[in-house]
Amino acid sequence: MEATTYNYKVVRQFAIMTVVWGIVGMLVGVIIAAQLIWPDITYGIEWLSYGRLRPLHTNAVIFAFGGSALFATSLYVVQRTCQTRLLSDGLASFVFWGWQLIIVLAAVTLVLGITTSKEYAELEWPIDVLIAVVWVAYAVLFFGTIVKRKTKYIYVANWFFGAYIVTIALLHIVNSMAFPVTLTKSYSMYAGVHDAMVQWWYGHNAVGFFLTTAFLGMMYYFVPKQAGRPIYSYRLSIVHFWTLNFIYMWAGPHHLLYTALPDWAQSLGMIFSLMLIAPSWGGMINGIMTLSGAWHKLRTDPILKFLIVALSFYGMSTFEGPMMSVKTVNALSHYTEWTIGHVHSGALGWVAMISIGSLYYLIPRLFGREEMWSVRLINVHFWWSTIGVVLYIASMWIAGVAQGLMWRATNDDGTLTYSFAQSVNAMYPFYTIRLIGGTMFFAGMLLMAYNVWKTIAAGRVVNDARIPEAVHA
Amino acid sequence: MDILYLLIPLSLVFVAVIAAFFLWAVKSGQFEDMEGPAHRILMDDDLPEEGKRGAQQKSDENAR
Repeated sequence: MEATTYNYKVVRQFAIMTVVWGIVGMLVGVIIAAQLIWPDITYGIEWLSYGRLRPLHTNAVIFAFGGSALFATSLYVVQRTCQTRLLSDGLASFVFWGWQLIIVLAAVTLVLGITTSKEYAELEWPIDVLIAVVWVAYAVLFFGTIVKRKTKYIYVANWFFGAYIVTIALLHIVNSMAFPVTLTKSYSMYAGVHDAMVQWWYGHNAVGFFLTTAFLGMMYYFVPKQAGRPIYSYRLSIVHFWTLNFIYMWAGPHHLLYTALPDWAQSLGMIFSLMLIAPSWGGMINGIMTLSGAWHKLRTDPILKFLIVALSFYGMSTFEGPMMSVKTVNALSHYTEWTIGHVHSGALGWVAMISIGSLYYLIPRLFGREEMWSVRLINVHFWWSTIGVVLYIASMWIAGVAQGLMWRATNDDGTLTYSFAQSVNAMYPFYTIRLIGGTMFFAGMLLMAYNVWKTIAAGRVVNDARIPEAVHA
Repeated sequence: MDILYLLIPLSLVFVAVIAAFFLWAVKSGQFEDMEGPAHRILMDDDLPEEGKRGAQQKSDENAR
């Protein structure tokens, strides 16, 4: 029999876990930011040392917080825009519980110091196998739902989600190829500079497809819905999609400028990075211009503020990124705090803010409420987050440029002007500002959790959102 | 740089897959209507029944 309702259960589960993992991941971030100011703050306990908590922070915010947000929104959007229930409820539960298990295993192993030492791919091979299995299940669930859609056209948000699902599967499997020695130790199939090249082909495209393409899918649904207006140009969104996909794959080598990688490969990476400005800004303008004629809504609607400021940060960091991939700029910026600032303008400003805005739209609908318990609190959350991000990235810009200049300064006789320790010492004020900014962003998440809790307590679980009968072709 | 013998073919295969998807999408008419899909998501009313009732009551109270 044909299902008459949508599967909201899995969306609800992932939506709640997004808030939970956001708090956990950002708390770890605040702790390691504090460790850089007060190195002994965790009493030298090895499980809480910087080297172990740092990968825990990145994995938690990217794959637990960001991942849960993407599962929740993609599985909601694909159902609503295809006007059909998910392919299988069993598969949906498997994806949810499988992903949670992966997160818990990751948290335990990273703290114990079990790691492949590949950035953003630190998890050891048994967990990698589990990720591959859950990811394939997710792909079947998503594409199976698209195949049984009731509408003729596949809405553009689903194109972005689809590209991200396929690409992440490929990247994860190729980069994680390893020879297992024991259950907790393996050696990468690639060696030396080859390994570095594969790692950054993965690393850059993980940023490109996990943290950009997928969140653009979110943007293309939730910005028009919250603004109550169609996307500025549907045609531009299609052009955006295809150009982004064809160009992104080649930009990875910009992470390896001035290394053992052949010079031509470095230059190729830089050129493709510069080309990426075009589709990125096309997409940003498309999103922001959706508000044309409805700008007044920004004054009263904090959810829309989150979404539009997220797009502004997307535009800013996709301009900054290509600039940093220019070799002369990179000579100054590489290995400095500037990189950390750039990452967080993307991760907090774009990824987290677009997710938070989308969740504020989604959660009342999943719990049978007209809107969140307190719209005023959303507004407070918005300002804490925005000021937090600005403090964070501005302090890291100054810190990074100062570091770069101190490292390259030489005296007349060719000796270095500053010792390395002097450059570390110069960082203290900026690390402190960064900690304040990060703490503000984290506090905003606590505010969100309280608001979500109150919304759920006052609402009623919606299990029976009806699929509309009339199918408009 | 032997690794390029793996990465470049792999990327080319991937581009070929993307191109195949693109051609399929064009041929099956996914891009024939460049206006409708954008408006259609707005016609989909996703406010829950309970929420709507609450909103209705609120506007009724305001009317009074």
